Amino acid sequence: MGVLDLLGATWAYLLANWGNFTDLLLEHLELVFVSELLAIAVTVPLGIVAIWNDRARGAIETFGNVAQTIPPLAVIALMLPLLGLGFLPALVGLFTYTLLPILTNTIAGLESVEEGTLEAARGMGMTEWEILRKVRIPLALPVIFAGIRTSTVLNVGTAYLAFFIGGGGLGVWVIGGIKLFNTPRLLAGAIAGALLAIALDGALALIERQLGSESGSGQAVAAA
Amino acid sequence: MIRFDSVDKTYPDGTEAVNGLDIEVEAGTTTVLVGPSGCGKTTTMKLINRLEEPTGGTIYYDDTDVTDLDATELRRKIGYVIQDVGLFEHMTVGKNVATVPELEGWDREHIDDRVEELLDFVGLPAEEYRDSYPSELSGGQQQRVGVARALAADPDVILMDEPFGALDPITREELQDEFLDIQSEIETTIVFVTHDINEALKMGNRIAVMNEGECVQYDSPTALLNDPSTKFVKDFIGPDRTLKRLRVLRVEEVMDAEIPAEHRDIVDAFEGGEDTAMADGGELIPVSPGDSTQVALSRCIQAGVEALPVVENADIIGIVTEAAIRQRQAEGA
Repeated sequence: MGVLDLLGATWAYLLANWGNFTDLLLEHLELVFVSELLAIAVTVPLGIVAIWNDRARGAIETFGNVAQTIPPLAVIALMLPLLGLGFLPALVGLFTYTLLPILTNTIAGLESVEEGTLEAARGMGMTEWEILRKVRIPLALPVIFAGIRTSTVLNVGTAYLAFFIGGGGLGVWVIGGIKLFNTPRLLAGAIAGALLAIALDGALALIERQLGSESGSGQAVAAA
Repeated sequence: MIRFDSVDKTYPDGTEAVNGLDIEVEAGTTTVLVGPSGCGKTTTMKLINRLEEPTGGTIYYDDTDVTDLDATELRRKIGYVIQDVGLFEHMTVGKNVATVPELEGWDREHIDDRVEELLDFVGLPAEEYRDSYPSELSGGQQQRVGVARALAADPDVILMDEPFGALDPITREELQDEFLDIQSEIETTIVFVTHDINEALKMGNRIAVMNEGECVQYDSPTALLNDPSTKFVKDFIGPDRTLKRLRVLRVEEVMDAEIPAEHRDIVDAFEGGEDTAMADGGELIPVSPGDSTQVALSRCIQAGVEALPVVENADIIGIVTEAAIRQRQAEGA
């Protein structure tokens, strides 16, 4: 079978199973978005704690690194004995694997603010909290956002593994396709995921640029 | 206004940054802390707004021990300008200047008016610069914004830590002159830190020469030049004390309002609107009362004359002679 024939068969398979496809795509998106949002909610505050407290910082960075070293499949598999099957364990697995890029960038972004800027802020009578809110976070935002973008793209790929513990998503077609030697099914799931990653990356890049130009800190980050 | 009473600052690692410091900064004057790097001048300045805390002695702000005051409130009453400028890169110039008024919760209209006034004041017309970002400005312009930001909430005291140190010599000179103009208008209390004795002599009403955490001499620029108390001060001022004295001495201090008969011709020539070009190619340029005697002497030599008319608002108000400058120098030395 030629490549074009294969793509034709894939397209036909997709159209014939459109309802199923949209369900899986939505599941996939849900896994990605929910785990991503949870990870942001956890790592950004952790990053802030890390720059204020050196001892906490060591622990936080170790935690993020360890979470990242475990292969994603193992993270997902580890959830099985802990949380059983289904959407929730898949979500927790993905969440764990998403932490590090955001955490690293949050810390790097908050730390990249120049000492002179912080000294001026303190000297003018800003409290540490005001410095964080009005100076550090706005200046770090483009860097933090770059971390979110990286981890989202990674996350789209990792979410295929959710299938192994019954979490659903496009992995159902890809891994099912491998097992059944159903190449059109496999390709339909894989290409859709690739396009999804590209589309999300593009959309986030757009928001990132917007953040940079709106706050004027795009130039500052480029300069740093 | 600000008084240091045997203040010590020893860092946890044992470094003695400041040792038994007694200085009084009078309201409305510019006090310069000058000395080689590591002499404790920056630490001394930071003790005032509590970016550093003393390990001994007391610093009084309006007769109150600063450690009894709320650090945040204290800092908002004190303007702060540093060498790094430290503008907020993500905010417009206008927003930067508005920082302290916003923290203090002024209303919008009041803040906008103040920002406009200040930007115009420091030579950056608000219409043009208010919405620019710091990265679009030159180093000199950034520090002008830095000064405007420090002045925003009309502080009682302004602390300046080598504010013009990172600028090229021409821009530095320009900002120094502008700042002297600003100071003569606002008459606030300024504590100015520098390692450059020329800057200290130019900016200061009073100069504290510091070395190894101690104040070696605290005097007016003239007294410092005429009578350095130790060899260290003498060496720090350098071998060209006489020339430096010329720079500090203003024309108005040596000028003669009565024009002596022997110099009548110069004044007549000038008043008559005659060609001021001299026979030997030099040009006779009058001086203003605020000019330094260094400028006056230089113009005398250039024009090949012994006296120059002193002009204020296009009127001749007196005459300054080389002899008078020399005589004053001899008295000082």
